[in-house]
Amino acid sequence: MASEHRAADYAWDVGEIDTDEMILNMGPQHPATHGVLRIELRTDGEVVKAARPHIGYLHRCFEKHAENVDYPGVIPYTDRMDYVASMGNSLGYALAVEKLMGIEVSPYVQIIRVIVAELQRIASHCVAVGTYGMDIGAFTPFLHLLRDREKILDLFEWTCGARLLYNYNWVGGVSHDLPEGFPRACRDFLREFDAITFPELMELLIGNKIFVKRTANIGVCPVPLAVSFDLTGPNLRGSGVPRDLRKDAPYCGYQNYDFAVCLGKGDYGPTGSCFDRNLVRAREMAESSKILHQAVEALEKTEKTDVHEKVPKRVKPAAGEIYFRTEAPRGQLGYYIVADGTGVNPYRVKVKSPCFTAMSVFHILARGMMIADIIALIGSLDIVLGEIDR
Amino acid sequence: MDAKAVHERLKQKFGEKITGANLEAASPFAVVAVEAIEEVAVFCKADPDLAFDNLMCLAGVDFPKETPARMEVVYHLLSYPHGHTFALKVHVPRDSPAVPTVENVWGVANWHEREAYDLLGIVFTGHSDLRRILLPDDWVGHPLRKDWTDPDFYNGMHVKPTPQMADRAMGGEKIGVGPFDFTPPNAHIAD
Repeated sequence: MASEHRAADYAWDVGEIDTDEMILNMGPQHPATHGVLRIELRTDGEVVKAARPHIGYLHRCFEKHAENVDYPGVIPYTDRMDYVASMGNSLGYALAVEKLMGIEVSPYVQIIRVIVAELQRIASHCVAVGTYGMDIGAFTPFLHLLRDREKILDLFEWTCGARLLYNYNWVGGVSHDLPEGFPRACRDFLREFDAITFPELMELLIGNKIFVKRTANIGVCPVPLAVSFDLTGPNLRGSGVPRDLRKDAPYCGYQNYDFAVCLGKGDYGPTGSCFDRNLVRAREMAESSKILHQAVEALEKTEKTDVHEKVPKRVKPAAGEIYFRTEAPRGQLGYYIVADGTGVNPYRVKVKSPCFTAMSVFHILARGMMIADIIALIGSLDIVLGEIDR
Repeated sequence: MDAKAVHERLKQKFGEKITGANLEAASPFAVVAVEAIEEVAVFCKADPDLAFDNLMCLAGVDFPKETPARMEVVYHLLSYPHGHTFALKVHVPRDSPAVPTVENVWGVANWHEREAYDLLGIVFTGHSDLRRILLPDDWVGHPLRKDWTDPDFYNGMHVKPTPQMADRAMGGEKIGVGPFDFTPPNAHIAD
């Protein structure tokens, strides 16, 4: 069967191609594809007539592994899916299993989870926006943003010892309590971020005329297309749809925080362009900072509990299944978990990755673009191949 | 609409084609006859009260121990206008799993179905581009099936040590190069 499909593949490449067209392989080792993504472009001069993404180069059998380890053992694997935003991944998984088992963590642990998730969101968007600028020729903002991301990683390292892959959110709690003096260090970081990095970013990159001209009119994703192809998170909000799970279906007590849902408004061109998606990410950093200020304050007012208090000795949910979504930095991350009630291993874990669905619409958005704009489109979707391929 | 109302509406429209349901589950679902899944999907999207315009997740699950042995495809739906969610399931026989595609209803189903085909071998009839997506094109078999065993060879390369290799290593012969010396897992029991 495999060979038949390959034959079909080949026919697409050669059968329909005109004499002045060319097949161009972008990737899998192209620096601007954000990982090992291969895109097959059918080009006529500089214009892309059709594009076809090929994924799977980073497939690490997450779902197969998940069936062969126990429930807490899956968490380190979730970290390695979206390695730029590990906290969000493990949080989604931990919440899904907790819901399956009916565990309710204390408000103190919930606040810790909000703090790490929002810090991670800022860190993740720093990479997304910074590398986006770099993809299309602006190197300086990348350095500024990575500098601030480094400070967040320092905070995480101080908290749990790891800088990228944390294994922090456990089923029923978190691995370590926040260290003494964390609120102060967090506020120090936020003060600098609010006063320097964020305004600097908006002036240096987002409002830059060259940047706007490169991004504001390309890769426009209309709302029905975005909904049909399940774009979520900043990609969906960039098209002007006010959907954010932290507002729509709050978890971890997000309903207690005051923050705005950032939307793309089409300031410099049609709504839903690459510029809008990127702008949503940049603005979300400021909103995350707002949440963090409130969360740190709440942390100091909340009665401290043991962070391992609700961690079960043996994680063994009764037979059942659940689909649970959280708002990860890249969009809605869904875990479909089936428990058979007999073993300590999950029967089936399926991950709905926001990058996977964002990539599935790529061939429609890319049609008719210039080759150089393909780079701008990939960056604006903010994909992490670790999560697409799992 | 809550899960009960959604189920009622589907039952009223499709009657016998809705073959079962579990509305008390953490994620409530209805089981749909496999041949009806496409029309149910079209209805779910088009009906103004349901308006399930978003397919959140499509997952295949293998149940070899059920009688009869079956595979399931699970569709998790979300309605952006109303904000409600629901799940549909189809059961297919495990020896010839075939499900009509829903890629014409929700665009994202295209890739999800390719993934389910790739990892579980569920064939989606009518799919426009049913190729492997995560695994290499020349891969044989579907690893997420519960009876999957790792192959000994992949493109002529040893994937796991053969019994002969294990015997030679037990006999004290050095197999492999440098830090990747092959030591059988039960070497410590040898003497």
